[in-house]
Amino acid sequence: MIVVGTICAVLLSITGALCVVRIVRGPTMLDRTVATDVFVAASAGAIGIEAAIGRHNSTLSILVVLALLGFLGSVSIAKFAAPDTDRRAHDDEEGES
Amino acid sequence: MIDVIAGALMISGALLATIAAIGIVRFPDVLSRMHAATKPQTVGLLLILAGLALRLRDLSDITILGLIALFQLMTAPVSAHMVGRAAFRTGFARRDDLTVCEFDADGRWDTEDDGAPDAPTR
Repeated sequence: MIVVGTICAVLLSITGALCVVRIVRGPTMLDRTVATDVFVAASAGAIGIEAAIGRHNSTLSILVVLALLGFLGSVSIAKFAAPDTDRRAHDDEEGES
Repeated sequence: MIDVIAGALMISGALLATIAAIGIVRFPDVLSRMHAATKPQTVGLLLILAGLALRLRDLSDITILGLIALFQLMTAPVSAHMVGRAAFRTGFARRDDLTVCEFDADGRWDTEDDGAPDAPTR
């Protein structure tokens, strides 16, 4: 189980680092939202793997909270996505479309 | 033996999350990044929860794990739909990459006869 934990820790660390790269670089707010969703899913996976290795059930409630929190965050950001300034920057970057 | 299966499930879930993160960094626009991003939210997390259930082997814990899986399966498509719709309406999605686009420039159903599919009659 230590081997499994090490492999999963490395993989999920790579996942988190790549998501942070996209959160920093992402040209629009929705790219950052998508990357944040994957980051939350990777965090939930990391907590689950830690619970599986330690064989305890004390962090399962945190998984419930994370499953609902990512939903609320992305839905509220998508609800209030503003088209104004970011769209002009996007058009300048991508050319006239 | 059960622990081996649980470890294999958890490693495959973490691997799926890593592949999705690579896709998020390398894909060109919001919609294709969402294609990569919605996989670890459902399948990756379900694999990890299955591994955790095989490891805990307790009925009340497995009930909570099923509840987490149910929440995730209910909320991930809804949030992906909201983000995709917002991306399309605010113009962040690249329309020239789309094969079929049933909306005009204003985000409404394209009802003109220009070869594009018509709006559904309701």
